[in-house]
Amino acid sequence: MTASLVRNDSGFVVELEQFSGPLDLLLHLIREDELDITDLPIARVADQFLAAIGELGLNQAADYLEMAARLLRLKVQMLLPRRLGDDEWEDPRAELVRRLLEYQQIRELVDWLARAAARRAEQFSRGYIAEAEAVPPARLVIDLNDLLGAAERVIALIPEPVLHRVVPRPLDVEGAMMRIQELLASREEFGWLDIVGAGAGIVEVLSAFIALLELARRGALSVRQPEAFAPILIRRESPREAA
Amino acid sequence: MNPLAKLLEAALFSASRPLTLEELLALEPAAGEPAVRAALEELGRAFADDDHGVELVEIAEGWQFLTRREYAEAVARTGIAQRTRRLSAAALETLAIVAYRQPVGRLEIEEIRGVDSGAVLDKLVERTLVEVVTRGDGLGRPLLYGTTPGFLEILGLKDLGELPRLEELSVALRPPAPAEPE
Repeated sequence: MTASLVRNDSGFVVELEQFSGPLDLLLHLIREDELDITDLPIARVADQFLAAIGELGLNQAADYLEMAARLLRLKVQMLLPRRLGDDEWEDPRAELVRRLLEYQQIRELVDWLARAAARRAEQFSRGYIAEAEAVPPARLVIDLNDLLGAAERVIALIPEPVLHRVVPRPLDVEGAMMRIQELLASREEFGWLDIVGAGAGIVEVLSAFIALLELARRGALSVRQPEAFAPILIRRESPREAA
Repeated sequence: MNPLAKLLEAALFSASRPLTLEELLALEPAAGEPAVRAALEELGRAFADDDHGVELVEIAEGWQFLTRREYAEAVARTGIAQRTRRLSAAALETLAIVAYRQPVGRLEIEEIRGVDSGAVLDKLVERTLVEVVTRGDGLGRPLLYGTTPGFLEILGLKDLGELPRLEELSVALRPPAPAEPE
């Protein structure tokens, strides 16, 4: 949490002024609330972390977002029921706790190194050569025509924006409904694969599924799935008047 | 003062970096290590006893004359020399990991820090505080980094053995103690 801004003239180094990373922020939140690191109230920590990155404007930084996602997943995992006295149960927080402890150790070493460096900096060796001072850039002399010419050249270099063209792939719900109705006419009950076939593309599957839902809504058929991931069964119903 | 001590003084005065025992031995190969060590001690004592503005310091696996702490403020204020720039927290974190895990790759550093560390690492290499020491066996044979003598110099350490041992830290990484039986 003591990270300072590093001046870097030779490239883009984004260093967040307050925290040197998501673990740093997390540790800060934990210390602030005096939480037990080995028994973290994940739900609470996750919420605080999300609030903090929003407040600090860090929600753009990938590393912080990754940590946020990790915390949310842990929060969900902690909600999953587990049998009482289940010895097999592994605390989903273990990995995060290990990383936090490891990082905390690094922070302690950082303090030690910073003290050692500050102490060493109180002594000078021979042969000091001053670092070249940053010279302010010379005053820019440019006339309007040069400026306009330069602007034109830059504009000419801008590539055409690459647009992603969305190709409409029309869903054929009507066609699918006709096909289902033909099947309904000949058979009392049939399966999902009778409608679309095994090699159906995404558009066909979507069309058929919407058609199926629509027909079910109209009461022309009923849809049943005996258990999760089992084949869907379609059964003819006597059509009733639409309400 | 012993002639060997005076020779060492001349050499250490000429150098702008710590000189290793090996380099000092080369000045008078016939003298041998015990004599050079004794001469270094004599030289160090001479500067300590006679109240000089500089002192002989054992640093970065070598010896170097450094100004005494009490003169830092005046020397820096007048711009005759400048204190080295302070390292950022990110740089220190990376240095700590390299120092304790060397040889270590960028990925491991990033895993511990939880953030991208490529730029910080490049900066440390540029400042010659760390260097590529070898390549790992893993995919793409990653570059593995270690600390340099410059690292010891900037911290004023004789060698890596002066770093705190992990067990000495208050947050030692060890498994939690088993619960006491009641």
